[in-house]
Amino acid sequence: MLEIITSPISFFILLSLFFGGALGSLLLRKDDNSANIWSSFFAIAGSLWGLLFSVTIIVSEHTTAFVVEGSPFPLLSFSFNIDLLSAFFICIISLIALFCSMYAVGYVRHYYQQYNIGALGFFYNLFILGMILVVTSSNGLFFLIAWEIMSVASFFAVIYDRNDQENVKAGFLYLVMTYIGTAFIVVAFLLLYKFTGSFDFVTIKSGVALLPVGVKNIIFLAALIGFGVKAGIIPLHIWLPAAHPAAPSHISALMSGVMIKTGIFMIIRLFLDILQPIPIWWGIVVLIIGIISSLLGVLYALTEHDIKRLLAYHSIENIGIILLGLGNALIFSSLDMPALALLSLVAALFHTLNHAIFKSLLFLGAGSVINQMHTRNMEEYGGLIKYMPQTAFFFLIGSMAISALPPFNGFFSEWLTFQSLFQGIAILDSSMRWLFILATAALAFTGGLALACFVKAFGSIFLARPRSAEVTHANESSSSMLFGMGALATLSFLFGIFSSQVTFLLGKIGHGFTIFQNTPVTFLAENNQGLMVKNGFASVSGLAWLVFFAGVIMVVIFIIRKVVNKRQKIKIGATWDCGTDLTPRMEITSTGFARSIVLIFKSILKPSIQHEIEYHDSESRYLPKERTVILGVSDVYQTYFYQPLHVLVHTLSLRAKKVQGGNINAYISYIFITLLIVLFITL
Amino acid sequence: MFKLFLKIFKTPNNIIFSQNKDLDQADTAAAGKKIENKVKKLFRGSLAIRQIDAGSDNACEQELVALSNSFYDIERFGIHFVASPRHADMLLVTGPVTRNMAEAVKRAYKATPEPKIVVAVGDDAIDGGIFKDSYAVMGGVHSILPVNYQISGNPPTPKKILFSLLNILENLDKKSVTLK
Amino acid sequence: MTIFIWTIQFIFIPVVSPLCIGIIKKIKARLQNREGASIFQPYKDLWKLLHKDEVISRDASWIFYSAPFIVFAITIVVGASIPLFGSFFNNTLTGDMLIIVYALAISTFFLALAGMDTGSAFGGFGSSREMTLSALAEGGLISSLLTVALINGTTNLFAISGSIFGQGQHFLSVLLAFSGFFIVLLAETARFPYDNPDTHLELTMIHEAMILEYSGKRLALMEWASANKLLIFFAMGANLFFPSGLAQNAYADAIILGIVIFMVKIFIFCLAIALIESSMAKFRFFRLPDLLLISFILNVVAIGLIY
Repeated sequence: MLEIITSPISFFILLSLFFGGALGSLLLRKDDNSANIWSSFFAIAGSLWGLLFSVTIIVSEHTTAFVVEGSPFPLLSFSFNIDLLSAFFICIISLIALFCSMYAVGYVRHYYQQYNIGALGFFYNLFILGMILVVTSSNGLFFLIAWEIMSVASFFAVIYDRNDQENVKAGFLYLVMTYIGTAFIVVAFLLLYKFTGSFDFVTIKSGVALLPVGVKNIIFLAALIGFGVKAGIIPLHIWLPAAHPAAPSHISALMSGVMIKTGIFMIIRLFLDILQPIPIWWGIVVLIIGIISSLLGVLYALTEHDIKRLLAYHSIENIGIILLGLGNALIFSSLDMPALALLSLVAALFHTLNHAIFKSLLFLGAGSVINQMHTRNMEEYGGLIKYMPQTAFFFLIGSMAISALPPFNGFFSEWLTFQSLFQGIAILDSSMRWLFILATAALAFTGGLALACFVKAFGSIFLARPRSAEVTHANESSSSMLFGMGALATLSFLFGIFSSQVTFLLGKIGHGFTIFQNTPVTFLAENNQGLMVKNGFASVSGLAWLVFFAGVIMVVIFIIRKVVNKRQKIKIGATWDCGTDLTPRMEITSTGFARSIVLIFKSILKPSIQHEIEYHDSESRYLPKERTVILGVSDVYQTYFYQPLHVLVHTLSLRAKKVQGGNINAYISYIFITLLIVLFITL
Repeated sequence: MFKLFLKIFKTPNNIIFSQNKDLDQADTAAAGKKIENKVKKLFRGSLAIRQIDAGSDNACEQELVALSNSFYDIERFGIHFVASPRHADMLLVTGPVTRNMAEAVKRAYKATPEPKIVVAVGDDAIDGGIFKDSYAVMGGVHSILPVNYQISGNPPTPKKILFSLLNILENLDKKSVTLK
Repeated sequence: MTIFIWTIQFIFIPVVSPLCIGIIKKIKARLQNREGASIFQPYKDLWKLLHKDEVISRDASWIFYSAPFIVFAITIVVGASIPLFGSFFNNTLTGDMLIIVYALAISTFFLALAGMDTGSAFGGFGSSREMTLSALAEGGLISSLLTVALINGTTNLFAISGSIFGQGQHFLSVLLAFSGFFIVLLAETARFPYDNPDTHLELTMIHEAMILEYSGKRLALMEWASANKLLIFFAMGANLFFPSGLAQNAYADAIILGIVIFMVKIFIFCLAIALIESSMAKFRFFRLPDLLLISFILNVVAIGLIY
């Protein structure tokens, strides 16, 4: 039974379920409803099958690798290598795709009659198919094909809502950045091919010794930039806040929760698996990128008042946290401390899983809200908790999870990351120690700022009074949407309190790496009752904390309400307004909430403020009629990084254009000179 | 600087203390519904006062501010002033309630949780005082809120206000006020 | 006997915390040449508030209704998970430094949401200021606790307070980390120079602004939780940085001595805070991040000095 589930046939059933969903949805494009049902049904079936497949592989450690014959090109072989790491990522993809597809059943109804639903289903299934192929392919060229499928399918999904020109521009930016990244990946693969003679990952891994040191470093940089563009590290992140909001929400959830993790997957695969052993500065670079991305990601998130852009910046922040764990793993593995490297890797993988869960939950919640409000601007929300109570509750759980509050899952993966950093501070020598202290500080500040940002987000969207009339027309989301969100919220809670069981499985995945095969597991307490690091340096148990808290709060409520305060009454009145009428404009806005932090960090964020005043009497300018204040944050990356690059490329290409001047005599002289040179070389 | 520390240990000897005749100064005319004994017992240990300026000429406010200084020190009786009517037990209203403040005073009353006491301090608050029969005032707090007690005077001295408050709560006995 | 000791550990913080507030107010009053309320006045205030009715805004949601219970329960949970009078509790499940810090963050989260929930202008900006300071203070708090954790080789708070001899050669580090911790203590418990707990001017409030809409029993719980948080920070500062005097075993005489010494340490903290509040003014809001950064730098220097 086990053999059948983990066999290649089972994998092809998985692929064909999604492919069938894509194809069928396209064929059914004339009828919106059946296209939606067909694509969602096949996506759900595919995800369930994917979950079964991947979890069986992880639990039974029955990995599989196979090649499909019949490729038309000698260098391209359709070879798959489904080891434990790939199975883990298939699990993440399937899990999130399952709930996003359930959500989509209700959500896509809002696009009926406007756009082609069949096309949406086609690209959605193709996107998931592409991602699964990316994490399982074992040949460089095949990988690039799968990468292309994933990127192009998501591009079409990003520009799906094409009535809004901003979405089309965002899609174009996304496409350009993805291709820049792909170019760097191609460079890395070509260099690997040149020195090891093959595109196949397994062959490259055994031939790693053939790579000269300088080339290996260039491959590192190229791969880091290439996969970093997809992961969204700063400064290569500019497409993320534009593209993720533009896509439909269930696809935003998939992009933000899963697609950027494929970049992380390849970073892990290349640097921890294939290119081992590695010099220490690789890990240092990744750690520094992690520090910068996490801090800047959360600071930019605080400046946003578009809810999906805010969530997109938080994805950048969490990628930074994952890279902190990964950088640690790389540093410890190059210093030959496999136990600590395993701990850091497990922390990074756990955070990958957790982020996928709670970020998708947040995006789905945001999608429900945007559907009802028809705007992404948080300044027009307010008081939605009374109109959409379940969505608010699930969004609250997502906010608590992303701010790393116990007992939800975000806390435990950040705990593990902190512990790996603490071990680094305790054990390493002085120069590395300061880097780890800096990283710990970054993680601590990031946690605090993320908490502030989600108080702002949740408070502006759901609490207080409505800030616009549209709010009073909002209805609760449909049941399929609620089911998708509720399941993710429950998972977030369960992965938190059963974090030690999950960490045990992740330790098994870590053992699948060649460098960690014999490493002892030092981060679990006896009987898996809690997380523990290194024989008592630290230990925590989510379940115990939860039980403790639940007990205390029940006792408190009982004593206060039944014993002390039995006879007192509660009267409902108006908010104390100092005797004046409260208007919605007197509530705090999300921009106002974060303005203090923005001003504190103004040297990094460079906030700008613009005043425009229109007067009744334009000569004496004494009585203003209207005053507009525009608060903004200047785009540093555009100004100092991409714009100069753009200008450079543009100037160079203008110069190069002169070669093709249209002058026939010049062309003939080119042919003549080339002929002379060739004759000179061969003779 | 060192004297600052010594102050912690020296018992302050400039707090007023009472003699028998001071107790007679407590002049609280009960007007309106009487406060139940149960309520007085609840507030005897701790009373939170919210002071509302309903268009007053600030004479009463200055006397009320004096209650918190080191001579009268109302805090030693467990009475303190709070910032929000939601936190308050007693509303101390001063001023003749101008038309503009009528609505605000009513809202403050509604925002205060039960049980509560309303005290009108000063002649202006009782019936309009020097602004009596003016077109701009409503003519005393009793025209807006159900007043429980009144403290007359223009303005009443802090001593009078202090003993009146203690009298309302029936907190007065020789022991609690006399010191040393 | 064990049940008795565990009961004391659980109820110590909620029972003793109003006394701390009372002592601070009494010392401040004496420094102002006043008599001041008795040190048991906060108990009377809480008792009265628990017996009053409530008025709740119609714009409030279930978060407003439940936040006081959640915040109060969190302070009790955290209070029972830190070393108070004895370091012999073998609490490996909830005594970790990071879960304590993030559990306190849960209470800040719900307090800030409750402040925004009624839609009053004061609650909104109170929440904004509170979250700004809390975000910056968290870095200082984690790094100061990290210093003592690294010195003692564990992040379990009971184990840190149990090793009294490990501190000897790192005394300078401990002192620097303690000064960093003290600055964060003032920030998290809303004391001078961050916030004036006695102010009536809403524009100067941070913590008070968020609880302006509460009344009756919910107000009592919020005020009590704030007092609990003060005592929790005192306990952490006293027992993690200067752990001598803690009971190392469960014998009655050690425990009684531990409790007495703990009360003395709390009194010293109350004295320090009362003196600070009587001698300086509240800082302007945008000077406070500089102060928190100083705390962070002190802690980082302390970590560097360990090695």
